[in-house]
Amino acid sequence: MDATATTMEGVSKTPDVPVFYLEEEHAHAEGGSTMLGFWIYLMSDCLIFACLFATYGVLGGSYAAGPSPKDLFDLPLVAVNTAMLLLSSITYGFAVLAMDKGRVGQTQAWLAVTAVFGAAFIGLELHEFAHMIQEGATPQRSAFLSAFFTLVGTHGLHVTCGLIWLGTLMVQVARRGLIEANKRRLMCLSMFWHFLDVVWIGVFTFVYLMGVLR
Amino acid sequence: MSTEAHVSHTHSHADHGHGHDGGTHATFGGYMIGFGLSVVLTAIPFWLVMSGVLGSNEATALTVMAFAVVQIVVHMIFFLHMTPSSEGGWTMMALIFTLVMVLITLAGSLWVMYHLNTNMMPVHDMSRIP
Amino acid sequence: MFNNPDLLKAIFGRLTLESLPFHEPILVVTFLAVALGGAAVVGAITYYRLWSYLWREWFTSVDHKRIGVMYIVLGLVMLLRGFSDALMMRLQQAVAFNGSEGYLPAHHYDQIFTAHGVIMIFFVAMPLVTGLMNYVVPLQIGARDVAFPFLNNFSFWMTAAGAVLVMMSLFVGEFARTGWLAYPPLSNIGYSPDVGVDYYIWSLQIAGIGTLLSGVNLVATIVKMRAPGMTMMKMPVFTWTALCTNVLIVAAFPVLTAVLAMLSLDRYVGTDFFTNDFGGSPMMYVNLIWIWGHPEVYILVLPAFGVFSEVTSTFSGKRLFGYTSMVYATVVITILSYLVWLHHFFTMGSGASVNSFFGITTMIISIPTGAKLFNWLFTMYHGRIRYELPMMWTVAFMLTFVLGGMTGVLLAVPPADFVLHNSLFLIAHFHNVIIGGVVFGAFAGIAYWFPKVTGFKLDPFWGKLSFWFWVSGFYFAFMPLYVLGFMGVTRRLRVFHDPSLQIWFVIAGFGAFLILLGILAFLVQIVVSIRNREALRDVTGDPWNARTLEWSTSSPPPPYNFAFTPVIHDNDAWWDMKKRGYERPLGGFNPIHMPKNTAAGIILAGISVVFGFAMIWYIWWLAALSFVALIATTIGHTFNYNRDFYIPVDEVVHCERARTQLLSGQA
Repeated sequence: MDATATTMEGVSKTPDVPVFYLEEEHAHAEGGSTMLGFWIYLMSDCLIFACLFATYGVLGGSYAAGPSPKDLFDLPLVAVNTAMLLLSSITYGFAVLAMDKGRVGQTQAWLAVTAVFGAAFIGLELHEFAHMIQEGATPQRSAFLSAFFTLVGTHGLHVTCGLIWLGTLMVQVARRGLIEANKRRLMCLSMFWHFLDVVWIGVFTFVYLMGVLR
Repeated sequence: MSTEAHVSHTHSHADHGHGHDGGTHATFGGYMIGFGLSVVLTAIPFWLVMSGVLGSNEATALTVMAFAVVQIVVHMIFFLHMTPSSEGGWTMMALIFTLVMVLITLAGSLWVMYHLNTNMMPVHDMSRIP
Repeated sequence: MFNNPDLLKAIFGRLTLESLPFHEPILVVTFLAVALGGAAVVGAITYYRLWSYLWREWFTSVDHKRIGVMYIVLGLVMLLRGFSDALMMRLQQAVAFNGSEGYLPAHHYDQIFTAHGVIMIFFVAMPLVTGLMNYVVPLQIGARDVAFPFLNNFSFWMTAAGAVLVMMSLFVGEFARTGWLAYPPLSNIGYSPDVGVDYYIWSLQIAGIGTLLSGVNLVATIVKMRAPGMTMMKMPVFTWTALCTNVLIVAAFPVLTAVLAMLSLDRYVGTDFFTNDFGGSPMMYVNLIWIWGHPEVYILVLPAFGVFSEVTSTFSGKRLFGYTSMVYATVVITILSYLVWLHHFFTMGSGASVNSFFGITTMIISIPTGAKLFNWLFTMYHGRIRYELPMMWTVAFMLTFVLGGMTGVLLAVPPADFVLHNSLFLIAHFHNVIIGGVVFGAFAGIAYWFPKVTGFKLDPFWGKLSFWFWVSGFYFAFMPLYVLGFMGVTRRLRVFHDPSLQIWFVIAGFGAFLILLGILAFLVQIVVSIRNREALRDVTGDPWNARTLEWSTSSPPPPYNFAFTPVIHDNDAWWDMKKRGYERPLGGFNPIHMPKNTAAGIILAGISVVFGFAMIWYIWWLAALSFVALIATTIGHTFNYNRDFYIPVDEVVHCERARTQLLSGQA
């Protein structure tokens, strides 16, 4: 990937001595590593979720004579919740498209819509948790519930962080417009947001759908 | 300094290159296809489980898992814009490596703990208690 | 008002005056010594008016070289703490015979062996290897800094924050009494209701954030910031091992974070992950923590392998034998290190199929490691070997590590492990590989790159003294443990009833004493070298006639590392440049784009210490406050867009002219 050819515009004076340095300083593409770096961070986050999934996989059947997924999970509610997250994903996509065209107002509007869907997702999840806790299905009740609340809650926590980040970015875009640094940040958040979507696919499949089947 | 940073340098007028292949790859069509597919790929598993049309739980579980895998791939392509060439292939490499690690963690833990439980706790298998 | 217990509890959580260990004379004396020493250091810094210099040039620095040095200083300071723990244990075990209880009460002894393990791994070995990587990697790849300079500073301070919390546990409350991995159910709230395990959890979580981010940072740096022409297969081996190590960090540390988070949920909220009842499984903790724990071993030793590769080829005056196989061996070890974790708990009872799988993968890992060893030997073969200090450490490593590796393969056989599990044989084995590999590697690296960092070599006499004390001390200290392990002595024992064992513990104690002399000689070596720096001065920037790019710039390197970005044509880039008539550019300099220093890292880490402390002591208001402060500071930092500046041409010209004068003065 590192093509020596691109660097040969530095002058080679004597033919037998190769070029050992660039005379012309290329302006560093600032933040050129940010996207890759953030992706690597996401990969590490992915492994946190892998651990939580593994724990859920191992302990998910340990009800300790308490409630089981069949007693607790409300699939229609989960379906609505999933819809919220999917919608927020596509609206974030629209925000990125608006950003590419350099339309600040439109970007902000789509970001706001994304935030609304994200908040709705968190709200529904909190409602679900509150309902379960009311019925006595607390995280302390059994290892299954500990693993369930931790896995789903960690995902929810990530979405919450995403919302805070989204709000911060909206303020920054409002203040400085769609400058390169802000665009880069919006693209990082985009990766984060869609990554959470991918994790949620795992959650609704392995926790909710397969839990009901168990 | 890598090739793409270099390329983006020639594209951009100021110091601030894009650094990520000079664009976001995002298109309206791409997002809509991804969204449509993900709606379908979400709806079918929910319907399968809620209606129980497949009869056996095992078959439903396997189908649902297959749909999840397909949907993850769809999200990767249409929302996360994964291509084998982005960032000189490093994102893909990182992803594949991570998936291997995730697989090892998940499968390894389940395998180890299953054998442990059957060997060491034959009586108190919690999953048998309804 | 202060007689109201509820109010006191609301303000101070479970922190009371009784939490301060006045009743333990050893700790009081230690505290006085540390307090006096600390006061002396603070006084000296104030007297010489160094605070603002330290703050501007070091604490807030985003220069990877400064941060690397700070990591190594942190590692060496913590080595003193970790080693004094070791010395205390050796003394206790040497005297606690014939009805004597020794001098350490059980409560204190258990904290010591836990703290020793935690400190040596997380706050000695990790900072030392991270420091070396931080300093050397950007120089080796011809970059001016890492990919995320601010993050680098933040990572360092988070590691330091973790170390601060561990040190705090010495004088405020207590440390965990669980062993270095804090297995539940012992580490759960029912059996460890005190603050010890909480200190353990929060110091590791805070330091873990730093480690993870520095891993991300260095991976991105190596992938994106190599000088033009440096393809993957032209990277120096140290950079390769650094890449693999940081990939492992990124892949493994999240597991530690997750498993410690679950343990803290068990302790703080009362969940049932690792409990004995309500369906929890303590063994799941063991399983998960070793998924982190085994790669961690390779995180530590791979950079050491890199150091030895550089040292061997430099001091043999030859290109490294089998570069390609070295790279592939490193990559294979990286992958395999993720497939062997169960060998740490063969005895848990997963059965024959599981045990044999992990036994075999463990044995397979010795193949690439063996290949590396042969590569080093073949590099030396027919070479003109110069036995300078780094090379001496390397040879000692080869001899010692082979021994440790073979006892490791022995332990990889599950039936043998059933006999030796948890015995002193295991203790001897892992000290054999960690001291023989990581510690010797760190010392080799420090001796090798010290002239690069400071511009003068280390004093060879005291270095050799330190070397011989360390190596002989190691053998005296750990060979008896192999013997004792075969006799069935288990680890972490405080008193013994069989008098025939005592002689072995006395020999081991003598070994620890020799290592103490080795450490002291090392410290003397640093002091002597600084005092004799004019005699030891190296003006060339390349005192060893070395091969890789870091030696092409001045010692110490200028803040921008390279006035012009180098172009690479060969594996041993600097050797190639020297051979083919490279001439140092003397003019045509440009202003250089660099990141600005920032105090955000140290501030965030400081708040993290407060947050950790508040969580440990159940001071909820302070925890909430510091958490909000943490988030607010982070968000506030993102509003700072003004993060870089240009080093003006004049300054570059000035730096380069000074070097030209040095070089010509020498010629």
